[in-house]
Amino acid sequence: MTEAVETRTTTYREAMREAIREALQRDERVFLMGEDVGRYGGTFGVSRGLLEEFGEERIRDTPLSEGGFVGAGIGAAIGGMRPIVEVMTVNFSLLALDQIMNNAATLLHMSGGQINVPLVIRMTTGGGRQLAAQHSHSLEGWYAHIPGIRVLAPATLEDARGMLGPALEDPDPVIIFEHGSLYNMESELDGDAPPVDLTSAGVRREGDDITLVTYGGTLPTTLAAADELAGSGIAAEVIDLRSLRPLDTETILASVRKTRRAVVIDEGWRTGSISAEISARIVEGAFFELDAPIARVCSAEVPMPYAKHMEDAALPQVADVVAAAREVVGSRP
Amino acid sequence: MPRETIELPYEVERLTILGEDGEVDEELVPDLDDDTLLRFHRTMLLARRFDERLLKLQRQGRIGTFAPVSGQEAAQIGSAACLEEADWMVPSFRETAAALWRGTPASALVLYAAGYNEGAAIPEDAHDFPIAIPVASQIPHAVGLAYGSKYRDAGEVVLVYFGDGATSEGDFHEALNFAGTYGTPNVFLCQNNHWAISVPRETQTAAKTLAQKGLAYGIPGIQVDGNDVLAVYAATREAVERARSGEGATLVECVTYRLSVHTTADDPSKYRDEEEVEEWKKRDPITRLQTYLESRDLLSEEDVDDLEEEIAGEVEKAWEEAEKRMEELGDPADMFDHHYAETPPHLEAQRERWTDG
Repeated sequence: MTEAVETRTTTYREAMREAIREALQRDERVFLMGEDVGRYGGTFGVSRGLLEEFGEERIRDTPLSEGGFVGAGIGAAIGGMRPIVEVMTVNFSLLALDQIMNNAATLLHMSGGQINVPLVIRMTTGGGRQLAAQHSHSLEGWYAHIPGIRVLAPATLEDARGMLGPALEDPDPVIIFEHGSLYNMESELDGDAPPVDLTSAGVRREGDDITLVTYGGTLPTTLAAADELAGSGIAAEVIDLRSLRPLDTETILASVRKTRRAVVIDEGWRTGSISAEISARIVEGAFFELDAPIARVCSAEVPMPYAKHMEDAALPQVADVVAAAREVVGSRP
Repeated sequence: MPRETIELPYEVERLTILGEDGEVDEELVPDLDDDTLLRFHRTMLLARRFDERLLKLQRQGRIGTFAPVSGQEAAQIGSAACLEEADWMVPSFRETAAALWRGTPASALVLYAAGYNEGAAIPEDAHDFPIAIPVASQIPHAVGLAYGSKYRDAGEVVLVYFGDGATSEGDFHEALNFAGTYGTPNVFLCQNNHWAISVPRETQTAAKTLAQKGLAYGIPGIQVDGNDVLAVYAATREAVERARSGEGATLVECVTYRLSVHTTADDPSKYRDEEEVEEWKKRDPITRLQTYLESRDLLSEEDVDDLEEEIAGEVEKAWEEAEKRMEELGDPADMFDHHYAETPPHLEAQRERWTDG
């Protein structure tokens, strides 16, 4: 038995915390700042214990000002630091959208290629926790629209643990979306889980009958749907996008060329969404290999309802994915 | 007592050293050697003549939209001169004079005004930021930069420029609040030029001064005659020294005036009286410094004539150099450069489609 490569059961939250801890240990330029990240350990508990371990200079509680601290993160990054900025939820990040889009994403261009912004912004996204219409949206697609940044959506413990390190090494701004429903997800993880690549999509389950494309919070939903479909003899292949900008079109197309059918599952609103982009790319790249129209399972196009029964109805559920997949498979030519 | 007054010990000083007539308050004159004073004058004059040339080039359709500096030379030179080379200068979009003082070649400024981002290239090792057009968004950057400086114990001070309009933006308030709570080594240098495009200073805020906006954030503020280069220098130097010695940030309000257009895209005759402009022309910062230097026999009329000629040549050379660079940089496919440290495949594909198409 070696002690170093111990596998243990852990959570997505702890995997993320471990990634931050390792980054802080490895590089003195790294510091974490955001609302409630210090004394409270983060509103989702990700940074619990880090203030005690690393001190106030490196685990920095900020005033409530998203534009201010994302902007400060940009300045610190340009000045040689490697800040990790935590925004409590994606809805609050809209207050910092000018800093993210007009500043972080454009300064390299505006400086004629001279000024990189090696900033990592982490934020919680998505619904399912009865946090109502101002804390629950899934706006990853808005950010994926912006050139000049990298957008990641870790949906597994390996990615929660392994994406932060390479993201901090990236000279360009990186946004990491952590779906709130994933924090308590448990699985086995190697004690020294390695860094992961930031560009390719992952095949989370192989199958020949239909491709289910998803990312982030709807990966567990989609995998559960694939299980159920297997019970009725439909072998679904599940693609986890992992990176929303850039998109790994090739992995999606390779799967669709094999299965000839696709359903895209996206917690964002359908109109102008990532699911729309994926559908367009499949049509552009594999139109003649499709045996059926592409289907999409998205959130209802309403502000996220507060009441549980309505929120459940608004979000993509396992049954919705199963029904959509059955319909697409059923429409064999 | 259920209702009592909370003492808020705060006052805003107003500083003038060099009067409109060129007379100085000898007791307040900062310690500056003759060469430095002449360099102030030369760079202010260069900024003014350069500005006038850029305006002509813009009207001829040879460069793009830009924001002239005329009238604000003292506010910029007096403040930029307080920075050491390792200190950081974070501009908004009108800091031509400050950039020239910090060593940005005039040809680069023309190139940028013509739309070429290559002109924004900052000289190697220079601690200057590129221009920021969103209004106030650069102020939080300056605070984060200063936080890094403090964390690394680098001793670098960060001076950030913005205008009167920016003090109404959220980013200004969020940044000052940060600087107050974090004790960062910042100088917030407001050039109150009285007009945010068509919005006059009195419509911008009901506050008596902009300097007092530091009060709510625990940051001292001072108002300075912004057309008085000596007062700007003296006040900014104090602020830089405070920052460097770990006492935190200062807000310096330079009361000045934009003599020209906001940018070449607007027409001031639609929103302000020419009489007001004429009044401010009497307070011209360059004339004022020139009168002072002449009174001290540091400069003669003849010297100024020679200087004008020299500067005209310099401005011409800057344009010629920029024009030459523009010819070399003519490929529109260059638009795909500089969005990521390494251009990703999807952008390379777009470049190829564009080039082939």
